[in-house]
Amino acid sequence: MAAKTTSDTTVRPAPHPSDLTAAFWAATTEGRFLIQRCTRCRAAIFYPRVNCTECGSTELVDEDASGRGTVYTYTVARRPTHRAWAEAGPYVIAIVELEEGPHVTTNIVECDPDDVRIGMPVEVCFAPEADGVALPLFRPTAG
Amino acid sequence: MAMRGRGAVVGVGELKPTRETPGETTLSLMAKAGLAAIEDAGLSFADIDGMVCHPIGGVSMLTPSTVSELMGLKLNFAEVVDLGGATGAGMIWRAVAAIEAGMCRAVVCITGSSRRPRAPRSGGKKTAGGWSMPDRSAFAEFEVPYGNVGANVGYAMIANRYLHEYGATPEQLAKVAVHQRDNANQNPDAIFYGQPITVDDVLSSPLIADPLHMLEIVMPAGGAAALVVVGPELAEQLPNRPAWLLGAGEQVTHKTITYAPSLTDTAIQASARRAFDQAGVNPSQIGLASVYDCYTITVLLTLEDSGFTPKGTGGRFIEEHDLRWNGDFPVNTHGGQLSFGQPGIAGGMSHVTEAVRQIQGRAGARQIPDLELAFVNGNGGILSEQVSLIFGTER
Repeated sequence: MAAKTTSDTTVRPAPHPSDLTAAFWAATTEGRFLIQRCTRCRAAIFYPRVNCTECGSTELVDEDASGRGTVYTYTVARRPTHRAWAEAGPYVIAIVELEEGPHVTTNIVECDPDDVRIGMPVEVCFAPEADGVALPLFRPTAG
Repeated sequence: MAMRGRGAVVGVGELKPTRETPGETTLSLMAKAGLAAIEDAGLSFADIDGMVCHPIGGVSMLTPSTVSELMGLKLNFAEVVDLGGATGAGMIWRAVAAIEAGMCRAVVCITGSSRRPRAPRSGGKKTAGGWSMPDRSAFAEFEVPYGNVGANVGYAMIANRYLHEYGATPEQLAKVAVHQRDNANQNPDAIFYGQPITVDDVLSSPLIADPLHMLEIVMPAGGAAALVVVGPELAEQLPNRPAWLLGAGEQVTHKTITYAPSLTDTAIQASARRAFDQAGVNPSQIGLASVYDCYTITVLLTLEDSGFTPKGTGGRFIEEHDLRWNGDFPVNTHGGQLSFGQPGIAGGMSHVTEAVRQIQGRAGARQIPDLELAFVNGNGGILSEQVSLIFGTER
């Protein structure tokens, strides 16, 4: 199995966990991508919420996502959208559909931007841990 | 039939958008547009007893009282609407509702934005753009780290998903920008007045975020726009022909497009359906589509989801119709924001001011002959907030 830490070296703007999201970000440092599962309607939810966005139930439990998904849509940013990419070339901002259903914003890394396609299988990997967070990224599925 | 004939827009005040607004503040521009709208309505300053504004950078709260104090308005109804590009449209039905509820008689709805040259970026370190307040939105944690910042990225991802599911040609999308520019060339108040463009110009302009070219992306400007809304009794007494509000609809489901129920079936479907139901008319009766156009793809999706053409046929519809003021399906006769300019929230309001002017028969060289019904769509954020309105010449 490929290392879960990406070889991508971009230093991205750091997220600052809130009380609501602390568990999600803590899990990233263990190479885990958490989603929430509604115990009433079984909906899978991302990002961490107080109540199920499908049925309103507050009975949500954390669950490890498989980390697998497909590119739902993407764009190649030809101009920097944030100062963190001021010196970078074109990069891919994407929405990935997780195997469990939820959509997640991410960057597709370890891949030529012009090779990204909608429907492409991808897997989660993580930026090196910094300040208690390992930012999840996605790369083409190995093999 | 909740909204039909309960109120009308009777006055318009709008400043020509400019790239920069030296010597002006957002509040000063808003006051000027507001005063112009009141005068245009044939009302005196003291007749205004309701005011709707929007959040203003630098005024963290208590915005309506800030505007009331600035202008000296004494208000029975003071409201702030925060629906991004749908704010202007959202103001109109709220004003009518307040009048109908007996809270006030004449409401001025004011939008605007000043604009300065962008200051050079400081070298100072900022983490997540300062979005580290305890009650910040999820955006700071789950979008900013990936560079999903600003509208270009979101609309580019919407466009790519649409092209994947349904398909449209680059030329079809570019035609929206070209025909709207032709409309702007009949509107001296448009920022790109006198600068025609071709499909080749659009497609040879730089790719900013695939598949969006620079000339498919709205340009920020400064400016302001205001409208005066009154009830039926007052409307009949005033000099301008009333632009009657016949129907309204609103739909909000998400902030960031990642969490939208769909990227290609938009919240416009619900807002437009309610507006048409309230008005008791159907899309084939509409003579002007004055619809939010931050990007060319926004117009395509709006035409589909408002019911002018079935889902998936937007590209062909654009190809087969003439979108100019004198064409068979006029769209954004003021030029749209793509060619009129986007003065902040007043950009969204420009779709309302244009529909009102056209219904009132005051659109000058670009007047649509014998226009009876106009459809407006306001769109906030990344297809986030939607407000649809239908205006007519008859109550």
